[in-house]
Amino acid sequence: MTLQNEPINREQKKDKYCRFKKNGIKYIDYKDPDFLLKFVNEQGKILPRRLTGTSLKFQRKIAQAIKRSRHCALMPYVGDSLK
Amino acid sequence: MKKNYETVFIMTPVLSEVQMKDTVGKFKKVLTSNGAEMVNDESWGLRKLAYPIQHKTTGFYHLFEFLAAPDTISKLETEFRRDEAVMRFLTTSLDKHAVIYNERRKGGAFNKKKEVKKEAAK
Repeated sequence: MTLQNEPINREQKKDKYCRFKKNGIKYIDYKDPDFLLKFVNEQGKILPRRLTGTSLKFQRKIAQAIKRSRHCALMPYVGDSLK
Repeated sequence: MKKNYETVFIMTPVLSEVQMKDTVGKFKKVLTSNGAEMVNDESWGLRKLAYPIQHKTTGFYHLFEFLAAPDTISKLETEFRRDEAVMRFLTTSLDKHAVIYNERRKGGAFNKKKEVKKEAAK
């Protein structure tokens, strides 16, 4: 037995990136709930930036779009097993 | 100075097809009589709501895109509030990216894109 800590084989972290910056998307449409579904969890809550990797600029736009979508009853405010 | 706007509104499913078209025509008239320029006019038909509004689970969706002076919006919205047939409405001003996006949407560029994505997923 060695006293040294054995290295833990962690999977190498994938670099997160902002998909809007990468793909050159400039406008997020609130009328497209299928797309916005990628940015909410199963309950319909907006996912944080640290999970999706979205840049701050577009996170604000996503949040705005999701809220508009909810107002128009295109997306639920609360839900069970959206996915 | 005219700005680009977009309005989505939901009418009650109680209306008949003719009544629905009448209400749409009424709001269109409100816009045009106030000097607005219609850009797009789209009916999504009867759609299921994500959650019930006024105990109803479906509604007629309609989308207007128009160029108007900012004081037209308040007039349009008071008309929406007065009309019992309208359950929900949302007016947003469009920035330059949104205008480009909507033009492409009108041209049906996005349905094509979705098909491509689906194929890629397979």
